Amino acid sequence: MTTTAAPEASATTISTVERLEAVWAEPPGLGSWLGTVDHKRIGLRYFYTGMAFFVAGGIESLLIRTQLAGPDLDVIGPEAFNQLFSMHGITMMFLFAMPVLSGFGNYFVPLMIGARDMAFPRLNAFGYWVLLASGFFLYSSFLVGRAPNAGWFNYVPLSGEAFTPAINIDYYAVGLIFLGISSTGGAINFIVTILKLRAPGMIVSRIPIFVWGELAMALQIVFALPALTLVSVLLLLDRKFDFHFFDADAGGDPLLWQHLFWVFGHPEVYIVALPGFGIASAIIPTWVRRPIVGYTYIVIGELSVALIGFGVWVHHMFAVGLPNITLGFISLASFMVAIPSSIQVFAWLATLVAGRPVLRTPLLFVLGFIFIFVIGGVTGVMFAAIPFDQGVHDSYFVVAHLHYVLVGSAVFPIFAAVYHWGPKITGRLLDDRLGKVSFWLMFVGFNLAFFPQHLLGLFGMPRRVYTYDSDLGWGGYNMASTIGAFMLAVGILVTIVNWFRSRTRGAPAGNDPWRGETLEWYASSPPAHYNFVTIPTVHGREPMWDQPELAEGVQSPEDGGRPLTDGHVTLSTSMLDARPQAIVHMPHASVWPFLLTVALLVLAFAVLLDNWALTIAALVASVGGLVGWYWPRGQTQET
Amino acid sequence: MTTTHDALLGETGIPGELLPQRYDGPRAFGWWGMVWLIGTEATLFALLIASYFYLRFRNGPIWPPDGIATPELALPLIMTAILWSSSIPVHMAHTGIRAGNVTRLKVGLAAGFVLGATFLVMTLGVEWPEKLDEFGPTTNAYGSLFYTLTGFHGAHVLAGLMLSLWTQVRAWQGAFDESRHLTVQNFTMYWHFVDVVWAFVLATIYLTPHL
Repeated sequence: MTTTAAPEASATTISTVERLEAVWAEPPGLGSWLGTVDHKRIGLRYFYTGMAFFVAGGIESLLIRTQLAGPDLDVIGPEAFNQLFSMHGITMMFLFAMPVLSGFGNYFVPLMIGARDMAFPRLNAFGYWVLLASGFFLYSSFLVGRAPNAGWFNYVPLSGEAFTPAINIDYYAVGLIFLGISSTGGAINFIVTILKLRAPGMIVSRIPIFVWGELAMALQIVFALPALTLVSVLLLLDRKFDFHFFDADAGGDPLLWQHLFWVFGHPEVYIVALPGFGIASAIIPTWVRRPIVGYTYIVIGELSVALIGFGVWVHHMFAVGLPNITLGFISLASFMVAIPSSIQVFAWLATLVAGRPVLRTPLLFVLGFIFIFVIGGVTGVMFAAIPFDQGVHDSYFVVAHLHYVLVGSAVFPIFAAVYHWGPKITGRLLDDRLGKVSFWLMFVGFNLAFFPQHLLGLFGMPRRVYTYDSDLGWGGYNMASTIGAFMLAVGILVTIVNWFRSRTRGAPAGNDPWRGETLEWYASSPPAHYNFVTIPTVHGREPMWDQPELAEGVQSPEDGGRPLTDGHVTLSTSMLDARPQAIVHMPHASVWPFLLTVALLVLAFAVLLDNWALTIAALVASVGGLVGWYWPRGQTQET
Repeated sequence: MTTTHDALLGETGIPGELLPQRYDGPRAFGWWGMVWLIGTEATLFALLIASYFYLRFRNGPIWPPDGIATPELALPLIMTAILWSSSIPVHMAHTGIRAGNVTRLKVGLAAGFVLGATFLVMTLGVEWPEKLDEFGPTTNAYGSLFYTLTGFHGAHVLAGLMLSLWTQVRAWQGAFDESRHLTVQNFTMYWHFVDVVWAFVLATIYLTPHL
């Protein structure tokens, strides 16, 4: 675009912006607050809610670590200890990692692929409300002192009626079924969005790797989560109606729980890890100033991990006495996972070596992630060796391993993402010096907290004991671990402070503070209601680096930008080669997803309390909620 | 009055470029939503059926256990014929509206509804009471599996019937024509899915104990 043509173009732009603003802006007020379908507002709610649960889960872990700081302590007692470690696991997996990673996905997938919203905006809103309601449901168990207390994998027979007659376990089962609605709806939304809403020109081989990571996560949720839902339903039938699925005396089998749970539970590890990998692959190129090395191999690696992840569940059960042939196959598959995972690690390292790294906070957190994840990966390979696994089964070695893997692949990438994309969300830069302080506190604190646990495991300390004898000599390592945990917490607190401080005091970010390569930097910071003035046409994997016209924030129609000002619409493209295919009319804000969630929350409590009349009433209300949701109101959508 | 949204084509803002605003099948988001919903539901059924066989083979050679008779086939096969035949009018309804024939849509949906409802009534009114005389869901793990698997499928038939009712209400409101019928398409897909799943439930519960 020449300078002489600029004034004319900006006049057109102003009228386009006015028309888009009129169509897409959500008026302030309670109706809009409850009814919003803007993926950015919803994504940010996911993020804040997930972070609030992160703090809750963190406080639980600090209580656990305080209890374990020295031998023979009685700070919180065994029953509270059981509830706290169970809720810590449930919270970190289901209420922190998944929501925050989905939140980043919600916020950034449409921006990165050049769309104006997710494919199903009301389903998106519904998913958030259900997350909030099921989190509230699960945490309400603390109010009656009956939080789930059989661990996050909740084995029968301990979780059966005979050994835990109180409602602790019913909270677990009902809560996770409820939450599953949110995760499944969200996953389907991601898949359809990524398949059908990419900007023209974003053919399959140009999809940003972060988006591939969210896609791999969503595919795993669709096919893994049914196992958790099913096993929770079976447990409720056993507990509430005396069915016999897990009752060995009547033809059932407690191992059925373990199989079904881990058919979900192992993919769950990758559900949490793959988006983290995607974050690393998205952040590294920007901070080393060159395209990622081995794009194709990274994508194949992500998808292979997602696939192989379904074939390794039995490696959680090496110690239960299964046939050797089963163990052999699963051991092999578990070794195999190391290959696609390491391909990604080597691609990141090669990119770092080939580029010119700028060591600011986002890249530091990514480097911390690689370091920690590799250690977790190495102990993971050790577990694939059956004799070793049987030796350290249910010991603190396992606790150390899973924290290296999950904190490595979820928490550190999430914090990298906070510093990298925070300015896009708030329009303000976070303080880099505070960020570095936060990183080093977290990195040193984490390793101090969890490295000694490897040794404790090898010394024979079992997981999930609320205290231990002073003669065993475990006190020093446990004290180190506790100190590390508090240090980690302080590091996290520094970033939280940094975030809220930046909202008022941070330097303005501008559209593209880091000169990033993908389309989220084409939008303003924070992005407008309609995301982009024109939906761009892209010609490569790094459109912001290859197409200088995008840097101006508006790709003109001559360059392929589509304003689409005629109604509440976005552009749908073909699945593989992203050719423009249709104009899609998107739904407007609606309060029905919220109302349906309220009905489902009543349903969850009714089932929990065995109130079957209320259950039926809530079911009827839920159907009514669906009818209300879909009732035509003269708006044009898909019918 | 016609608005731009009622037009078949809309402008993108690139001079001269017009794209469809009405479409069906794989071009529609809703179609894909239903495909993945069916994918996750099919996984749920597959896992439940896998649980059945897991417990069966952990139970030793005698199945059903505890002197429960091997299930008779006459009634289930009649029910199967009724359920599967319901897919025909539903299919006719779908092809009807694709050709713009609203009457065929209404008649097909109604006929499919009656057949599906008959299946459900026979499950709850004839098949289950007969079985309950012999064993219940709390008798043993076999009983738990029998009622859970058939009940779970029955719940899906019920969901299909409710979707059918909704589609019929919308049909009578005149919501569908040859270019606008995604709800019909999605309902049809769901209904066929429920019928196909029945093949696996039938084989698992009624046929394999005879092997």
